[in-house]
Amino acid sequence: MRSARHAAWRFVLQRASAAVLALCVVLHLATIIYAVRHALTAQAIVAHMHASLFWPAFYALFVVAVAVHAPLGLRAVADEWLALRGRAVDAVLALVALVLLVGGLYAVALLAG
Amino acid sequence: MNVPPTLAPAVSTRAVRHNDLRARGHAGFLAFVAHRVSGIVLALFLPVHFFALSQALSDPLALDGFLEWTRRPAVKFAETMLVAALAVHLAGGVRLLFVEFVGWRAEWQKTAIALVAAAALACALLFALNA
Repeated sequence: MRSARHAAWRFVLQRASAAVLALCVVLHLATIIYAVRHALTAQAIVAHMHASLFWPAFYALFVVAVAVHAPLGLRAVADEWLALRGRAVDAVLALVALVLLVGGLYAVALLAG
Repeated sequence: MNVPPTLAPAVSTRAVRHNDLRARGHAGFLAFVAHRVSGIVLALFLPVHFFALSQALSDPLALDGFLEWTRRPAVKFAETMLVAALAVHLAGGVRLLFVEFVGWRAEWQKTAIALVAAAALACALLFALNA
């Protein structure tokens, strides 16, 4: 019963984070392509990101969604392709989530700084 | 152990294997593998991306040095592949969300998968041709 509830939560979190990421990735890809098309320098990109609160807030949301989505996706891969499951796998994936969250938010903080 | 007739598999193991092989050449299976592989690539790349970004942002000169390094053809190629992986995962993921929550019908899926591939290729080309 408990594992069924956990599975339901994983399903909801995976899809909800996917929906957030869909919007984030569209904007991120558009930003990347805009930057390369206009041959923006590193300073120009950073200055642009510094100029408003929107970009740091946007990338913080992006990082949180990634930190939820990626470990859940890796969990499915470990389970279905490598037959790796159990508490040890979940502990490693929790660590992956933490590394992504802290590493990503640190980069965003530097961007906002 | 005796399996009640109602719970016994409706098709033989041989037939399942045959269907399995057919399924592996199906566009849906290719889309599944592309989604999985692009997801793994992105998950492996992200910690490196965050680390490189943090290093570069903490030192503005290092940022331009880093961008200079990314102008090498091999790095450009790897970047283009990453953009393609991101676009494949995005477009494939949006398709899956529509299948699961909007009830997109099976007969449209080949078209939807072709559109996913086209969108990913377009993003990769837009990046590669301007990078």
